[in-house]
Amino acid sequence: MEVKEKVIEKILLLIALSSISILTLIALFIFGEGLPFIWKFGPIDFLFGKRWVPSHGEFGIFPMIVGSFWVTVGALLLGIPLGLACAIFLCEWIPPLAAMFLRPAIQLLAAIPSVIYGFWGLMVLVPLVRNYLGGSGLSIFSGSIILGFMILPTIISISEDSLRALPPSYKAGAFALGATHWQTIWRVLVPAARSGIVASIILGMGRAIGETMAMIMILGNAVKLPTSFLDSARTLTTNIGIEMGYASGDHRQALFATGVILFFIIMILNSSAILLSRRRIG
Amino acid sequence: MDRQIQNSKLKIQNLGILVFLLMLSLILGSGGCQRSKAGITVAGSTSVEPFAELLAEEYMIRNPHSHIYVQGGGSTAGIEAVRSHAANIGMSSRSLMGTEKSLYAVTIAKDAIAIIIHPRNPVEDLSLEKVREVFSGRIRNWKEIGGQDHPIILVTREEGSGTREAFQKLVMGEEEISLEALVQDSNGAIRQVVSGDPNAIGYISLGLVNEKVKALRISGVEPNVKNIESGRYHLVRPFLFVFNGEPTGEAKAFLDFVICPEAQELLCKEGLISILSTSSEGKVGSQRKGY
Repeated sequence: MEVKEKVIEKILLLIALSSISILTLIALFIFGEGLPFIWKFGPIDFLFGKRWVPSHGEFGIFPMIVGSFWVTVGALLLGIPLGLACAIFLCEWIPPLAAMFLRPAIQLLAAIPSVIYGFWGLMVLVPLVRNYLGGSGLSIFSGSIILGFMILPTIISISEDSLRALPPSYKAGAFALGATHWQTIWRVLVPAARSGIVASIILGMGRAIGETMAMIMILGNAVKLPTSFLDSARTLTTNIGIEMGYASGDHRQALFATGVILFFIIMILNSSAILLSRRRIG
Repeated sequence: MDRQIQNSKLKIQNLGILVFLLMLSLILGSGGCQRSKAGITVAGSTSVEPFAELLAEEYMIRNPHSHIYVQGGGSTAGIEAVRSHAANIGMSSRSLMGTEKSLYAVTIAKDAIAIIIHPRNPVEDLSLEKVREVFSGRIRNWKEIGGQDHPIILVTREEGSGTREAFQKLVMGEEEISLEALVQDSNGAIRQVVSGDPNAIGYISLGLVNEKVKALRISGVEPNVKNIESGRYHLVRPFLFVFNGEPTGEAKAFLDFVICPEAQELLCKEGLISILSTSSEGKVGSQRKGY
């Protein structure tokens, strides 16, 4: 019995380690390929260069950083109000029968592959934007809308969990003081669940920055610095996704270097989400 | 204390085993890529890939014991693969450049690049200079070149694409394609964007032009097989098979099949230009090197 348990323990340890070692291998590989290039090209030129023309040896990813930033901001503008409203409704008002449909539906939203979002956006949303707002339709605006819906499940489920985790006494106390239901939600419950809600938003941001397939299809991928929400843009991830097939030499390394920058951004976002959700308010 | 040390030792041992296993799988994995003797690998340009697949199928029907594996990846990747012996034949949709010229290249067909716009766009004809000015961003409105008063939406391929390199060389010359251009990563995606946007202009392989887009005449010359063969339509690029040294064995047999009249006819049916019909180019053997 002892031996058997030991064996099982070791096997589980090995499996657990293998998943982490893959992460380590990926990190080592990306940094090994990308960092020398950043060093060679100059970190300032690489991060703040405004021109990306690999065939002329120009590798400035500033337009992509700006593109990622705007698409993410746009997605959050849509995702936060919708997601928070949805979470509050799910927590406080939803009739049990509706919950039976709504919760699985939201989970389904997370399960839809991103290429389907992209395809739908390309076929339905992009022509609408082109016809009613102008431009090519392949724009930050269209991308933000699609991305806003893609991050909804993350925001909803984590916000809802943190609202549910509050002690019932908060609500009872607020009611006892004569607060209405809405006053209780807005003044007591949401502020109390703040850390969890902020963490959900940061995780949603991580998802938004990392999204690639749908964005390749919808953003248009132009490499100039975007100046309006109807401009085409390229994000850090789509830069890698769209050019990796043919890249070689410096160009390929520059794509890995883009990955390094992305790695840092995601690391910062995820660790701040972990830190925030750990902090207990109450 | 002892137990802890033992534990950590065990962990290190386990890690060692793990790393060993990973290495092993890597080595075995890459070993598996080198196919058995009976097969050859053809890798490279995604523009050539569908045609190579077709030819490989035909070839395998005739030679049931051989296996030809066709993979995409891009012209540059294909050429690299041949150089490093990862593939027997590389497919390239552009001429060889720089050090690549030391490889052995055979033109298997020619492909024209068509400048495409939306069918509703009234523009029918542009000179090469106008196309260049449009794609460099100097002409920004359709009314400047005989269309309606709408801004021009440029659509181009991504950096490194063989089609883009051919377009750059044949149309743009020294000029740069505008950075404002939308970038799509395949011929099909460009066709998709152009077919949906009345103000868009792009370029794709002539063989892939369909009724959803309109191919422009260049200085009055319509892009069709006749004009390409007579040399009047200039936006033509070679499709190459690239070898590391003189082809031998199975690779040579496949090449011989690809340049035989029957296979060339097959390619013509698919919209490519046969190397046999261009009389001015002379024999196949004379166009081997120097691309």
